[in-house]
Parts: sequence; structure tokens; C-alpha cells
Amino acid sequence: MSNRKTLMDTEAVESLVDIMAGKIWTLLNEREISNPLMIGIRTGGVWLAEMLHRELGLEESLGTLDISFYRDDFTRIGMNPEVHPSDLPIPVDDRHIILIDDVLHTGRTIRAALNEIFDYGRPASIILATLVDRSGRELPIQPDIIALHPELEQDQHITLIGPDPLGLVIGSKTNRSSRGDEQGKDA
Amino acid sequence: MSLSNRTLQLDKEQRLLHFLTIDGLGREILTEILDTSEGFTGVSERTIKKVPLCRGKVVANLFFENSTRTRTTFELAAKRLSADVLNLNIGASAASKGETLLDTLHNLEAMHVDMFIVRHASSGAAHFIAQHADRGVGVINAGDGRHAHPTQAMLDMFTIRRHKGEFVGLRVAIVGDILHSRVARSQILALNTLGVSEVRVVAPRTLLPSDARSLGVHVYHDMEEGVRDVDVIIMLRLQKERMQGTLLPSEHEYFSLFGLTERRLALADSEAIVMHPGPINRGVEMDSMVADGAQSVILQQVSYGIAIRMAVISMVIGTQNLHMQEVAG
Repeated sequence: MSNRKTLMDTEAVESLVDIMAGKIWTLLNEREISNPLMIGIRTGGVWLAEMLHRELGLEESLGTLDISFYRDDFTRIGMNPEVHPSDLPIPVDDRHIILIDDVLHTGRTIRAALNEIFDYGRPASIILATLVDRSGRELPIQPDIIALHPELEQDQHITLIGPDPLGLVIGSKTNRSSRGDEQGKDA
Repeated sequence: MSLSNRTLQLDKEQRLLHFLTIDGLGREILTEILDTSEGFTGVSERTIKKVPLCRGKVVANLFFENSTRTRTTFELAAKRLSADVLNLNIGASAASKGETLLDTLHNLEAMHVDMFIVRHASSGAAHFIAQHADRGVGVINAGDGRHAHPTQAMLDMFTIRRHKGEFVGLRVAIVGDILHSRVARSQILALNTLGVSEVRVVAPRTLLPSDARSLGVHVYHDMEEGVRDVDVIIMLRLQKERMQGTLLPSEHEYFSLFGLTERRLALADSEAIVMHPGPINRGVEMDSMVADGAQSVILQQVSYGIAIRMAVISMVIGTQNLHMQEVAG
């Protein structure tokens, strides 16, 4: 927890969320999508999705995804002790989905989330919107919408903390193998 | 016993290595099992009722004693985790040809099995297998003799938490054949560890162990007194197959004294739930009106059993994986 510094406070994060909301609105109009289903990835993605869902006034209830059962590093890190049920309020078949996450890094979280969504059904399309897009991708996954693209060193990590107050913090990588930690979630 | 059970079942970081008995496990790990199960409950309601967590793992159901329900729910749980499942009905094969338990075990290990789920008529069988299994192989006790049936106890705890929210403040009555019941022993340990206010056992003297009070329970021989004002009633099955000699005058008389009827249920709290590990002897342990009534949660127990077993299997396989990783790395 040491050597962390705040990059953005609540107000700054909220203005980034406003930017995301505007871009999502524009993209939905361009693609002529009405009534999309928004899904937030636990934990940070859900905080953001709640704000975006409110701001965009979406009709369908918000879905939440916990990708613990779909992680590709289960054999290395064991069971996440803080897993929550995923909750998708309506069938995803033929729905247009907006997937929300806080930080896009390696792309592995999104790979897991896509696999999980497809175990619920076959969506018409998925838009990926993340607050932060950082370097270090290990899979061919790109976001449709981002609010911030910081230049970071390889050993730095960026985390959304919250939910109240929200903030973006930067720190350098420490040993994250201990239990109850974020379990390498900045993927 | 508690300390050795603890060190056999938990690693230094308090992660589950095997799941053999509730004895020796604290509130924290029991709560972790319940919380993890919560995450798995939704999987059964999806289009594809499977998650890829244990893909490539081999789970062997080692049943030395017959059981349809427990074996089926373990099998379904392992399959929903994407593991491959071997069902071995040992009574009908190796044991009858004279192979020892350890020989059977080592043969299966040579087939690279990652987990044994063991049911055996002898108390301590699952412990024995856990002590002799290869590194990296996890063992889950699916019932051993009169000793323990920890996953049944945990699915009962899960059912109680789902319906009552918290354990603190609850009064729970366990009714019936306590003497032969490994389920009751595990339930009593779990209920006390999770902090319920009062655990009662209600049974005729012939179906109670002599040391019943040392288990941390209040003993009742009168059904009406035993269920009065309780929040949860757990009925046990009369284990006729385990009874030697004349412990009971007749099933009819047992029902008239200890059977759960609507009239007796009305003495409990008005929102009390009724549970039973199954299979029910209708008209012996309880009236059909109660078994199928609004306060019965018996079928929900079966569904929750799958989530609990998914949680325990994945937690044990996860921990064993980690240890193998450390050895390799």
C-alpha cells in the first residue's frame, strides 16, 4: 500500500465518466442501437457502470459480472476468496451490450468476461468502454471507448479506488501473491 | 483431534487443502465456503450451466458405500466446474477382489486423478486417504461411518443463512437419530462454530450418544418441548440399516412421539423452516403435509448442495494447485 500517489480525485474521475457517457451516446447513435444492456465488471467497472447507467438513463437494469470463475490464472492463484455471483437481469441473446471496466491492461479480464457472457447466450454485439487504457496488452483486445490513456512504466500500476470517494491512484508493482489482495485484477 | 484436523485441512495461509470434517475449522473458513457457494448459485440458472474453473482436472468419486443423491450432486458439481469425473463403485469391484484401500488409491493416482471424493462406512476413511494421497491430490469427505458429513452440514448452513440471514440469535432443533448420524455431528459443530444461540437435540434416549451434552447442545426427550419457539427444525432420517438390536419399539410409535406434524410445527416460531437431509421416510420422521408444506425447504437444500460442492471442490483444487506451483517454481 506504500508509494501510491493519487492521480485523480473524485471530481476528476467524474468528469472522465462524463466524457465516457458522451462517447457512448455518440457511438450508440452512430450504430443506431436502442435499449442496450450495460454490464459492469466487478469491482471498479460496476462503480463506473452505475454512474454511466444513471447518466445515460438506460431502461434495462444494470448487469454485473464477476469473472473469478473464468480467470486463466486459477491454477496459479487459487480460488478468489471474495467471489460474488454474476447477475445479468435479462437474457443476452440478440442484445446489444455495453461492457464497462475500469482499467484495460493485459486484456485477460476482458477475455474472461467475453467468455462468461457467451455462456449466458449470444449477444448481437458488444461495445467495450473503459475508463483507462494503459500499455501492456497481451491479447488482441481493443476498447471502443476510453477516457484516459496515461503513459506508464511497465512496473507501475494504476487502480480505481472507491466507491466513495472515487479516485485513480498510481503505484509501483509490489508482491501481489498474498491472499485477499486484488489477485492481479489489474488485467 | 481439533488441532490435527486443522493442520491436515488448512495450509499456513488458512486455505483449504482437504475437506474432511468441520472439527478444527473456524468461523472464517466456514464463512468463506458459504460466500464462495453464493457465487456458484447462479451458474445452475444459465443457458450453459458450466464454468471453466477446473477444466482438465480429474475428480474421482470413490464410493465404498451406496448413495445416489450425494454422489449425483458431487458429480454434477464437478461437471459444472468442467472437471472430468470418474465414478467408482468400489464395493462392486476392487474391494471384493481383495485389493487394499491403498492399492486402489495408488492405482488411481497413477491415472493422474486430482481429487478423491470419498464415502466409506468406516469412520476416518477419508482422513486415512488424505494422509496417504500424493502431493497435489485433494480429498473431500462425502460421509464416513458415524463420524462426519461436512458438505451436508455446510449445505444445511447455507440453507439456514439464505432463509434467516444470520446465525447469531437463532435457535435450532435437530430431531431424530442422533446416535447414528454423521450429519448431526457435523451440523452441531458447524452451528456452534457459526455462533447460533442454541442448538437442541431432540431424540429418544436410545438414539442419543451417551456423551451428547459434551457436544455443546441442549438435550430434549420431549418433541413438543424441543421444537417450541425454534427458528429451524432439522429432521434426521431414521437409519434403519445401521440399527442393531431393538432401539425402537416400532416406526409407528416413533412417529407418534417424534414425528413432525403440522400441530407440532405450530409450536415453533411462525417463520421456522423445516429441513431434512433426505431421503425422507414419510409418515415416520415427518408428515407429508409438513414435508411438502410452505415451511419446508427440503428441495432447496438439494439445489444448494450443488453450489456448496462446487465451492469446496474448487477451493481445494485451487489450493492444491498453488502448492504444486510452489514445488515446481
